[in-house]
Amino acid sequence: MIPAAVGYVRADSVEAAVAALGEHGDEAKLLAGGQSLIPLMRLRLARPSVLVDMGRANDLRGISVDGDTVSIGALTSHSDLEHSAELAAACPLLAHVASQVGDPAVRHRGTLGGSLAHADPASDLPAAVLALGGTLVATGPGGSREIAATDFFTGFLESALAADEVLAGVRVPVSTGGWSYQKFNRRAQDWAIVGVAVAEGGAGVGLVNMGSTPLRASAVEAAVAGGAGASDAAASAAEGTEPPSDNNADPAYREHLVRVLTERALVAAGA
Amino acid sequence: MEVSVTVNGEVRTADVEPRTLLVHFLRDDLGLTGTNIGCDTSSCGACTVLVDGRSAKSCTMLAVQADGADVTTIEGLAGEDGLHPMQEAFHECHALQCGYCTPGMVMAAVSLVDEYSDMDADGVREGLEGNLCRCTGYQNIVKAVLAASE
Repeated sequence: MIPAAVGYVRADSVEAAVAALGEHGDEAKLLAGGQSLIPLMRLRLARPSVLVDMGRANDLRGISVDGDTVSIGALTSHSDLEHSAELAAACPLLAHVASQVGDPAVRHRGTLGGSLAHADPASDLPAAVLALGGTLVATGPGGSREIAATDFFTGFLESALAADEVLAGVRVPVSTGGWSYQKFNRRAQDWAIVGVAVAEGGAGVGLVNMGSTPLRASAVEAAVAGGAGASDAAASAAEGTEPPSDNNADPAYREHLVRVLTERALVAAGA
Repeated sequence: MEVSVTVNGEVRTADVEPRTLLVHFLRDDLGLTGTNIGCDTSSCGACTVLVDGRSAKSCTMLAVQADGADVTTIEGLAGEDGLHPMQEAFHECHALQCGYCTPGMVMAAVSLVDEYSDMDADGVREGLEGNLCRCTGYQNIVKAVLAASE
C-alpha cells in the first residue's frame, strides 16, 4: 500500500507553513509526525495534493511551565511528554496519557499537535486536554487566536482550525489534583474502545470514543461539583453521548463501559 | 526530490518521490532488505528501524521526512567486534522461530532498553507491544531483551 502521488513542501516555521497552506489551498495537508496521516494516505482514505512538512519546525517543540500554565509546542512528541520530569510534576495526567498512546515507535514520531488537529474521537490525548480545560493556539495569516479545547472538536476528524491555520501550541493549567486515565482495549497498541480521563478529582472529565468527537462529560462534572460520590456521578457518564458501533462494541456496551470506567477513574482520582 | 540520509553511518543520497515510504527507500533504493515489510498498516513493527537513535516504523514514515536524519537498520547494528549485545542475546536465548519479525524486534528492543531503565518482564512486553511475533509466544524474546538489558 503506497500513498497516491503527492506534492511536498518543507516548512520549518509556523510562518512558512501558513504561507504554504495559503498558496496550496485546502488540498494541502500539514504533516507533523505522520503517525495518523501516513496510514490514512496509504489506505488512500486521505489524498492530499500537497504535504506541508512541519516536522523540523523545532521552535514548536518543547514544554515550559510558567506560573499556573503549562505551554507545549504542537510538535512535541508523545515520547517527550511521557519522559518530561517537568510535565510529570506540573500535569501528571497529560504525561501519563501520552505514555498510553500507541507503542513506543509511534510515540517517538507522533506529536501532541498532530493528535489534536487530527481530532480522532478514539485518540487518547484530546480527551485529556478536554478534561484539563486546555486552550489551543492557532496561527493563521492574520496572526494567532486561542480556541478553548471545548470549542475545538467540531465533527468526526474535524476541528475549528481554518484551512490556512496551523495549530502552533497547547496550553493547559498546572493540574496536580487527583487524576486518572482509564483506557479499555482488548488488543495491545490498539485505540481505546472507551477511555475516560479525569482531572482535578472530577472537575474535568474527558471521554474517548463515545461519539463523533472527543467529548467532555459535563453531567459527571456537574454531579461531582454538586458533591455526588463517584458511583452516583459516574451513573450519568453516558449522558449526551452517541457512541459508535464497530467490531469491538455496540453503543449499549460502550455506555456500560463508560459508566464503569468513569467510576474507576473518579475513585482513583479521589472523588 | 533528492534526499540525503545517513544510513548505518554512511551518507546515502537518492532521488525519491515524496510519497516514497522510508522502508521502500531502504529496501529498493539502497538494497537494504534486512528491514522487512509485514502488515503495511503500522501494526506489526517488522519494519522498525532507528531514526536518530529511536525506534520508528519505517512504513509509517516518508523518506523525505528522514532527509538529514541518522537511520540505523539491522544491517548496521553489528560492530567490528561482532554482533550487537541485543543480537547476541536473541541468538543465545533463541528468541526467534521463523525470524521474519526479528530485525524489527531487535531494533525495537535496542531502542526500548535505551529509553526505559530497570525494566521487568512486564515492562518489556508492554514496550514491545508494537512488534508482533506469530511464532514464539514472546517468551524467549522477553528473556533475550532482559538478558541484553543487564
